[in-house]
Amino acid sequence: MTTTVVEEPQRPRARWSWFPPALLQPLALVGASLAIFWLLVAVFAPLVAPYDPLEQAFTPLASPSADHLFGTDELGRDVFSRVIYGARISLPLGLLLVVLALTIGGILGGLAGYFRGVADGAVMRTADLVFAFPAIILAMVVTAALGRGLTNAVLALVIVAWPSYARVVRSLVLSVAESEYVWATRLLGSSARRALVREVLPNVVGPVLVLATLDVGNAILLLSGLSFLGLGAQPPAPEWGSMVATGTQYFQFWWIGTFPGLAIFTAVLAFNFIGDSLRDVFDPRTARESRERM
Amino acid sequence: MSLLDVDGLRVRLQTPDGAATVVDGIDYRVEPGEVFGIAGESGSGKTMSVLALMGLLPQAAAVEGRAVFDGQDLLRLPPSKLRRICGRELAMVFQDPMTSLHPMLSIGTQLTDHVRLHLGLGRRAAAELAVEALREVRIPDPESTLKAFPHQFSGGMRQRIAIAVALACRPKLLVADEPTTALDVTVQAGIIRLLDRLRNESGLTIVLITHDLGVLSSIADRVAVFYAGRVVETGRRPDILGHPRHPYTRGLLDALPHPEAAATPLIAIQGAPPTPRHVPPGCAFHPRCAYARPSCAEAIPPLVPVNGRALACPVDPLRTGAPS
Amino acid sequence: MSGLELTDVVVEYERRGLPPVRAVAGASLDVQRGAIVGLVGESGCGKSTLARAAVGMVAPHSGTIRFEGQEVKPLTRGARPHDQVRLQMVFQNPFSSLNPRRRVGEQIGDALAVLGLASRSQRATRIAQLLGQVGLPEAAARGYPHQFSGGQRQRIAIARALAASPSVIVLDEPLASLDASAQAQIANLLVELARELELGLLLISHDLAIVRHVADTVAVMYLGRIAETAPARELWAKPLHPYSEALIGAVPHADGSGTMPEALPGEVPDPSRPPPGCRFHPRCSYAFDRCRSDEPALIGLAPARSAACWLQRPGAPLEAPSIQSASRLARPGAAQ
Repeated sequence: MTTTVVEEPQRPRARWSWFPPALLQPLALVGASLAIFWLLVAVFAPLVAPYDPLEQAFTPLASPSADHLFGTDELGRDVFSRVIYGARISLPLGLLLVVLALTIGGILGGLAGYFRGVADGAVMRTADLVFAFPAIILAMVVTAALGRGLTNAVLALVIVAWPSYARVVRSLVLSVAESEYVWATRLLGSSARRALVREVLPNVVGPVLVLATLDVGNAILLLSGLSFLGLGAQPPAPEWGSMVATGTQYFQFWWIGTFPGLAIFTAVLAFNFIGDSLRDVFDPRTARESRERM
Repeated sequence: MSLLDVDGLRVRLQTPDGAATVVDGIDYRVEPGEVFGIAGESGSGKTMSVLALMGLLPQAAAVEGRAVFDGQDLLRLPPSKLRRICGRELAMVFQDPMTSLHPMLSIGTQLTDHVRLHLGLGRRAAAELAVEALREVRIPDPESTLKAFPHQFSGGMRQRIAIAVALACRPKLLVADEPTTALDVTVQAGIIRLLDRLRNESGLTIVLITHDLGVLSSIADRVAVFYAGRVVETGRRPDILGHPRHPYTRGLLDALPHPEAAATPLIAIQGAPPTPRHVPPGCAFHPRCAYARPSCAEAIPPLVPVNGRALACPVDPLRTGAPS
Repeated sequence: MSGLELTDVVVEYERRGLPPVRAVAGASLDVQRGAIVGLVGESGCGKSTLARAAVGMVAPHSGTIRFEGQEVKPLTRGARPHDQVRLQMVFQNPFSSLNPRRRVGEQIGDALAVLGLASRSQRATRIAQLLGQVGLPEAAARGYPHQFSGGQRQRIAIARALAASPSVIVLDEPLASLDASAQAQIANLLVELARELELGLLLISHDLAIVRHVADTVAVMYLGRIAETAPARELWAKPLHPYSEALIGAVPHADGSGTMPEALPGEVPDPSRPPPGCRFHPRCSYAFDRCRSDEPALIGLAPARSAACWLQRPGAPLEAPSIQSASRLARPGAAQ
């Protein structure tokens, strides 16, 4: 029939086995463990926490002891329980924030990059507008306008965060959209939508995922920051940032602010480590591909 | 007395997948005033072998063997002495003319810096030499070229300039690694003629590395054919390219389009060259060879002199076609 | 007429603050089903631009491009009209023309899904069939592009184009990124497919030897215009345009004879400032006065032969040496 010459693949089978080795690096494992730890804490908070976080039943300002591992705060609440329940606020909201910003920013950036023209101009100028303000200031302004509270804080932060995603997605889409394989699929009759979803998206997902994971840490930090300023979580919610704020007022009672602070620190660190390792998963792949050109 | 005598050259590189032997026991001799061609496909070790000579391999490379250039073993020289030889006695021209010249320095600066470093000339003498060098490679208007920058020139011109830089200090040996591969065919013809003229006029010795057998056929005096890091055949160009005796050389030539055989399919060698980490046992070519025998997989065939050439094929199936 | 017809195509590129550059300055070509047309030329001649315009990737400034009688519309953001899907393209670089993150089988199957050429259940069979046509095993469908060599990836790209049941395929330097063995294999594959499936192929290449071997007709391009078209064997035996002659003479022959290729003096001019009159005249050893002032059009001189050169027209000086001198092309032992 046709030529029977078949060259053997010169590479051993796929490196893309299910669990990429880069994720087994120590940093990634530490990050993943910490993140899983906090997620479990958040999920099983009622089981793990010894006391009700809102109960003001105990001796206020008591230093850490066997009964109260992290001591009690100025209103007699158990700090340990509050830190645990705090995970139920910071983590889900941090994740939610990133997901919303990614979705909105990603869609807008993707449309801007793929369709160019007016859409591109509109989206990017709006993004520029947002970029002109320091994140926390803008968030404060929006929250102040909308009113205090966690929901509004999240909303404000989504408004602040979407442009970064829009910018990254836009530039990725711009470069991928000119790739020959996208031309090829257009020549086969794919609609622009199909080309976008099937060809462009898979190549955009990787770098965006890295950005998003790193951003979860950022989100937690910003949320805590707003709560610290009194704009986010309102009393008596056990949010880490507001607990740190209380801690600054009761400085000599160091446990009130330190433990929530450590919680923020470890949670953010966890996601930073994961994000860095994800970056390694996606990078060596391109390095490997360029080795094919002998 | 040969100008370059390479003996048992072996180069091992560290790759993420382990050690790879990219040059596996190479022997050849280059006589003064000749054009010595090295033929081979990508991955055959041809470039690595000359990078080893010039000390341009990555740190993690292990090099064995000898490479005696003008009486000195290049592989045993301390870096300071090697640096003095490279550029002065031994020069190299690379494949991609777009990246082999410094984009931010003027042509004049690149030429004079080079010349002043090696020959210790003053500024005016260096500039005069630079103009001469450009004139020799037939660059029109050499004086204004000195002030110009590489991006203002086409690929062919840049390659001429690169050759001028390489030859400015009048080296004894010029190594040219795929110098015309990135160029159009008419421009390539110009460079081939240039190299030929330089060889004739100034007794320059050239080692010309290329996968293009047509180029070697035009200008080389002797040719060595590389496969999987080894030399499989070497000898005079009319013998090797006119009457090849190694099945691989034969296969390479047969794969080229022939005017007479226009209606028939091109004869391709089955399979693909092995990667350095997956070299077959015994003769590296035997899995693709139409004349292979079981004994071919047993031992690496040595390069043996026969009828004025050297051949690494104990089977020697094509001997009847060659002149005796 | 079925097939691809390009008539007086002009493609311009905008430049900021400067007049636009004509990458293609009026080119005409014909590719019918079952015929392999080679388009050769050196860097800057505009052949790639012409290829892209032919399939609609780039909009021509003027001229017409017709495929199967219909005008080829440039690709917009919408879907390509289905009746033009039978005009396909294979790109030069097999590393960048396949999506690194999608499986090979899926990419080949795209056309089947989009064009409704096979139901979901039939798709796998058809994909296996296409892979077989290009000489790859069925199992290749499950792999990712990076697992394959350059030659294999190019086969995959061809299979992808074949999935759309094309009648004409434009191939932009499909062999340039491949090593010698792969080049020969892919060249053979293309010829086989053209014969078996009655495909028209427009093969763009700078490698004259392969084009001569593979193509039925060859068009030679210089600085945005077609200099000559002829059946492959006739072009080599008797070129009618001085540039074709120079190009052919510059190809070195691997016969061990030590014959040097002919060099062509001068450089390719800047496409934004082409020479007056015939674009090739500054480098042409046969140029006479008319060449410097008037640009010759591509005129048919014999069945299937055309050339854009004043030497071929009445009024050429009688002393102009004939380009048909066999002595320039003779190689020891080569057939004429």
